[in-house]
Amino acid sequence: MTDALLNVEGLSKRFGGIVATDDLSLTVARGELHAIIGPNGAGKTTLIAQLSGQLRCDSGRIRFAGEDITALPPHTRSLKGLARSFQITSLFLDLSVLDNVALAVQAHAGHSFHFWRDARTEEALRAPARAALERAGLSGRADSPAAALSHGEHRQLELAMALAGNPRMLLLDEPMAGLGPEESARMVAKLRALKNDVTILLVEHDMEAVFALADRITVLVYGRVIASGAPDEIRANAQVREAYLGDADKGSVHV
Amino acid sequence: MTRALTPRNLVTAALLIGLALLPLYVALTGDRFMLTLFTRIVILAMAAVSLNLILGYGGMMSFGHAAYLGLGGYTVAILSFEGVHSGFIQWPAAIAVSALFALAVGALSLRTRGVYFIMITLAFAQMAYYLASGMARYGGDDGLSLEARSTFAGLVNLSNKTTFYYVCLILLFASIVLVWRLTNSRFGMVLQGVRSNETRMGAIGYPTFRYKLTGFVIAGTLCGLSGALIANHTDFVSPSMMFWTRSGDLIVMVVLGGMGTLFGPVFGALALLFLEQFLPALISAAVRPINPAGAAKAGEYWQLVLGPLLLFVVLFARGGIDGMLRSLSRRGADAEKARHD
Repeated sequence: MTDALLNVEGLSKRFGGIVATDDLSLTVARGELHAIIGPNGAGKTTLIAQLSGQLRCDSGRIRFAGEDITALPPHTRSLKGLARSFQITSLFLDLSVLDNVALAVQAHAGHSFHFWRDARTEEALRAPARAALERAGLSGRADSPAAALSHGEHRQLELAMALAGNPRMLLLDEPMAGLGPEESARMVAKLRALKNDVTILLVEHDMEAVFALADRITVLVYGRVIASGAPDEIRANAQVREAYLGDADKGSVHV
Repeated sequence: MTRALTPRNLVTAALLIGLALLPLYVALTGDRFMLTLFTRIVILAMAAVSLNLILGYGGMMSFGHAAYLGLGGYTVAILSFEGVHSGFIQWPAAIAVSALFALAVGALSLRTRGVYFIMITLAFAQMAYYLASGMARYGGDDGLSLEARSTFAGLVNLSNKTTFYYVCLILLFASIVLVWRLTNSRFGMVLQGVRSNETRMGAIGYPTFRYKLTGFVIAGTLCGLSGALIANHTDFVSPSMMFWTRSGDLIVMVVLGGMGTLFGPVFGALALLFLEQFLPALISAAVRPINPAGAAKAGEYWQLVLGPLLLFVVLFARGGIDGMLRSLSRRGADAEKARHD
């Protein structure tokens, strides 16, 4: 693991008396799919928010591609190639599906102080947006209002928007949340296809998906890393089973 | 039925043609009052169009937009009072003053959201109001009369009411074209993204503050220009044109006409000023058969009718007048389709 794309050292975050992130260190290598798992309240979403810059950390350091990004605001991190998707669908519901993705493309296409030309006719924005929709499997719905999409399609749109800026790294916050088995399987296939092009940090509750996709898994409990390793190591780790699943007696984590 | 001939487009076209031909009607009937009323409608429609840019498209609930009407108006009146009558100086000055004020207000208020943003914009507008009330040299509370309308060195004569009406109308049309281009440009897409989900805009890489501020300044500047027009229209400015209820009127025009639609604010301004003008007489006429003595008095309570009417629009016609026309058009298209099927 010499080629680290994301490196987190000693990250801490407190909300009053609650320690959401506790001296957390983490390294994500270039090209890997790194999954973060942990029970509810383990601080997974808080971690994503700190990595993407929506939350300031109390202490610690975040390095992305060798650069200290700890103090950078979200939009700067995004422009550096660190894209996030949201656990709770966070879209531009009153705009069309294609407009949503085109906005994400536009964010990475220089400043937006262009006041006259119709942005909806700019191929430089529309073509990459259509390509990202294609990659996320949503090209059929390009002209629908985002509000008219199903929950599963919203998750796909989230992914398309994260992909639109050609990020170096994706922070995916529970992309499978609320999906049916069939949609979940489709999302897993999507992520597996993406794995080759982009480094992914995946927060996910769906163990089946995590063990199917991840190169490495980090287990978070109460904001602390209790184990980190390859899927097989994690599966075999007694501490993980106890802390995370609370069933150390059973033979293995069922996947 | 082609798609271009929807009720919405027909009504919009009729409105624009009607506005353009109004002086003809006035010339034929000699009804000068209509020209005065419509000049006012056109000017306030322009102010509403400017507010719509930030309120309707940008989701910024500015409650101090009338301040720019006052600033633009006072700039013209004060320059005129001090002996500068050229519109070539007055109008750019009005624009500059409004832009600077918008820059200052926006730089402070746009760091907040929701109720705080509303309160700060309101506070700044009230500040401008009290400032104008305190300027003893320029009339204080009593306001200031214009000695003469802005002069444009033989180019146009604004003292001619028809000419002045057309100047206002051209500027209104220009504002609509400007807002149309702006809202469809990259900048406008950002503005609408901010209205829809500002957090997400930050997450996908937009420094939202500077785009909101730019929109805020453009809207304030445009409204400042309509302030210069209104000073010329009434030949008078007073602090009351900046009072917070005037800002409320502008919001009502935008909401009544249809937020975030190109022509909504024009519909809204027309509807509100018409109601303001004719509702009292209408109520009096309705009451007269029942209570002849109280008829005139009843007309004074026209706002009792206006209030529920606005409530009705907000509750049942979400998109305002433009929204009603749009759903009418959609229903027409559906019926047409059903007939073909």
